[in-house]
Amino acid sequence: MRITCPLCGERDRREFYYKGAALVRPAEGADLDAWHEYLNLRENPAGPLDELWYHEMGCNAWLKVTRDTATHEISAVELASEAGLGGET
Amino acid sequence: MRFSGWRVLREGLTGNKGWAPHWRDPEPKSEYDVVIIGGGGHGLATAYYLAKEHGITNVAVLEKGYLGGGNVGRNTTIVRANYYLPGNSEFYSHSLKLWETMEQDLNYNAMMSQRGIINLFHNDGQRDAAVRRGNSIVNQGDDAELLSREQVRELAPFLNFDNNRFPIMGGLLQRRAGTARHDAVAWGYARGADMRGVDLIQNCEVTGIDVKNGKVVGVQTARGPIRAKKVALAAAGRSGQVAAMAGLTLPIESHVLQAFVSEGLKPIVDHVITFAEGHLYISQSDKGGLVFGSYLDFYSSYAARGNLPMVEHTMETFVAMVPAVSKARLLRSWGGIMDMTPDGSPIIDHAPIDGLYLNCGWCYGGFKATPGSGSVYAHLIATDRPHGAAAKFKLDRFRSGVGLMDEEGTGAQHNLH
Repeated sequence: MRITCPLCGERDRREFYYKGAALVRPAEGADLDAWHEYLNLRENPAGPLDELWYHEMGCNAWLKVTRDTATHEISAVELASEAGLGGET
Repeated sequence: MRFSGWRVLREGLTGNKGWAPHWRDPEPKSEYDVVIIGGGGHGLATAYYLAKEHGITNVAVLEKGYLGGGNVGRNTTIVRANYYLPGNSEFYSHSLKLWETMEQDLNYNAMMSQRGIINLFHNDGQRDAAVRRGNSIVNQGDDAELLSREQVRELAPFLNFDNNRFPIMGGLLQRRAGTARHDAVAWGYARGADMRGVDLIQNCEVTGIDVKNGKVVGVQTARGPIRAKKVALAAAGRSGQVAAMAGLTLPIESHVLQAFVSEGLKPIVDHVITFAEGHLYISQSDKGGLVFGSYLDFYSSYAARGNLPMVEHTMETFVAMVPAVSKARLLRSWGGIMDMTPDGSPIIDHAPIDGLYLNCGWCYGGFKATPGSGSVYAHLIATDRPHGAAAKFKLDRFRSGVGLMDEEGTGAQHNLH
């Protein structure tokens, strides 16, 4: 599996660290249910899934990767910061 | 049909014409007391113990493929109870005791082989952890022995004792651990459940779960609707999708775990051996193949096949541990879909819907749990109270943070398990 980092180009999967589903972090002061949903509950689809990957052996960018969990096919990659998932732009 | 030495002899002398199918192939009835979704090891064992221990026989096991075609047919067949964490330790202790009597109980040869497991350690910290774990195992009533480097060398001379980076300092041995023939475990429970009246229905995918006024009333299947007073999930890697049919979102990510088997070799590996530093486990099947595996691929997957980086890692670790195998050829590899929870431990509990039960989150350890899982799940379904050996496998521990069972000590977070 290879991931095309928007900053570095196509790289081996082993350069990246997997975080899991790309979910929007609850606001400060959000209730327990919101945090439970964010931290633990997962839609877990067999198909396209938005995920967070960290380019730890490259540019250190967090990426939002859209990957099919049934075929491993990657259809889109963008910087997490530009996808509204936090971090500096 | 009972199996016995006399029966085998008689069939051998009469052309083996007297063997009959091990279970019926019934048409689904319109209603059952209990419908179990998933005809794998856990679902079949649950049906068996429901019938045997609780007298509940109006039960159907619905399997979308064929019996034993899921994860029970895709594992490395290891059976053990060398757990440390309260909650997990008593559960796996309960399960190992059932493993020791299941063949007599089922009248079925599951090739249960208590060849022992040796967990190697390579540094002082790991040795201290092994001592602590060993003491905990002994305290729970199971067996553990600390082996010196020389004692390990005597039992497993083929290991690489000259490994400078990860020297073998010793090992923790559990003699009652071992392996069992995974397919036969499924077949034995299937036959046992069928003999007690349970309907095993194959090629019957569940496509919907019917809930009315907060109570489950039945399921929709590829072979028509089936009403049920109680519906019990046992769908392993597909648990998230099955639960979604009832409107539930579980704390589960499905990941792939690969395993490998070499060509058949003469007997060299007498035990199950794990290599702590690179995480690898090996045993040798009775056919001679070396059966081994290591980590998950570590990202969500329903592909039931793995990717090459973990194949490479596993081979590197194996050759570092047993240099002699570098010339052996790999026969095949496979991947199972694991239902991973954030703390690496299972869930056996009521669902938040009346009459719906959850048995999921077995992560990388479902096979050794098979008899224990079946017995405690049957207890929960029959009595609506958790079995003492599984009282901590609660669904709400993730929400409350109370009673999280982080067996690996890596943290209760999805991508760490």
